[in-house]
Amino acid sequence: MLMAKVQLHLFVNGEEHDLIIDDRSSLLDVLRNELHLNSVKKGCEVGECGACTVLINEETIDSCIYLAIWAQGKHIRTLEGLMDEEGNLSDIQQAFIDEAAVQCGFCTPGFIMAAIPILENDEAFTRDDIRKHLAGNLCRCTGYENIINAIEKTKNKRMHKQ
Amino acid sequence: MYDIEKIYQATSVEDAIKHLVADPDSLIIAGGSDILIKIHEGKLAGCSLVSIYGLDELRGVTLQEDGRIKIGPLTSFSHITKDPIIQSYIPVLGDAVDEVGGPQVRNIGTIGGNISNGVTSADSASTLFALNAELEITGPNGSKIIPIKDYYLGPGRVDLKNGELLTAIYIQKDNYENYYGCYIKYAMRDAMDIATLGCSVSCKLNHDKTHLEDVRLAYGVAGPVPMRCPETEEAVKGMAISETLFDVFGKTALTEVRPRDSWRASKILRLQLAEELCKRALKEAIRRAGGEC
Repeated sequence: MLMAKVQLHLFVNGEEHDLIIDDRSSLLDVLRNELHLNSVKKGCEVGECGACTVLINEETIDSCIYLAIWAQGKHIRTLEGLMDEEGNLSDIQQAFIDEAAVQCGFCTPGFIMAAIPILENDEAFTRDDIRKHLAGNLCRCTGYENIINAIEKTKNKRMHKQ
Repeated sequence: MYDIEKIYQATSVEDAIKHLVADPDSLIIAGGSDILIKIHEGKLAGCSLVSIYGLDELRGVTLQEDGRIKIGPLTSFSHITKDPIIQSYIPVLGDAVDEVGGPQVRNIGTIGGNISNGVTSADSASTLFALNAELEITGPNGSKIIPIKDYYLGPGRVDLKNGELLTAIYIQKDNYENYYGCYIKYAMRDAMDIATLGCSVSCKLNHDKTHLEDVRLAYGVAGPVPMRCPETEEAVKGMAISETLFDVFGKTALTEVRPRDSWRASKILRLQLAEELCKRALKEAIRRAGGEC
């Protein structure tokens, strides 16, 4: 196997990074192993469970089936980027706690990141729309109802604030 | 870490062609949602890749001066669904690709990758067949345009010779103007699933919207590659919108499809689906065209 070290320049949670990586790495591995962003969970590794969901240029992707070299110059957001500077939880993270939308917790960061495009969209979402947007995330504890409740409530709160 | 021998990131179409010619065993990787999974499963372990993911010139949807719609093969499924040109002129294609995987996969997966895998279940393929899509293939000796049906050589095999890549998908104006379509995917779940059977219908009604002037019927998973049903189309052209029309449509389609048993579903179920889904898709396409049924 040939290994090629390449330079990767990217922005993660607003911070600029210059890394030397192996060009065969997934973005998931770079985020976890190089940048120690452990919210990005390594689940199925084939793009089915959604536990590794991050935003790239505001779109959700499974970081397990995304080559890190493709992230050159791009803006990545992970769960760590949702908290404020003092480390206070964001409304959606708090809502997951309040609604008991967390069971074992492994799927949680992926679900929350999958919820971000819903929450940051100006349009209203029905419960069915929310379900459709979460279709790429699996919760093996099958706690889906509370997850949808947490997202729906946070969405409604944000809509009413506008 | 992916088990990849080496990976080259192409900087232009010409550059990609040059590298594919220089390394004939290398594979083209676009969005990666199929190839990377196969590498992970060990099926393509140790392969060499030429990544075209960075070629923005192959992204986006444009309306050409001659009325043709040009779809860049690297356009992601979600971008096709959201695209205003697709929404205005061929919404059925936006609906079809919105059935692929889940949101994360639709953000990364590309329409060119979907058809270039050569798999019969590709959600975009049957609709592109029903729209008489044409494909631009670019290789070391320049570009050529071929009908999509000629692209498919067999299961998992498309007509890309060494050094060639898919550089555009075209839909002619004659093939979408006044046509209304409907794609129905039958699968066990509503998401993250591969079609048990996919059916795409595109139809055009006469002036007073009582007769079917033209219709095109295409299936995925009804044969080894996506397919059209020319005899079924001929059988109903010009017919009045009536129960007879739908009966003839469903019954004739059954004589053309060639589904098989697989672990996903039996041949008998697929035949039943082929008859039922084409009727439902035609009814919905007629409704979208302003007809009553």
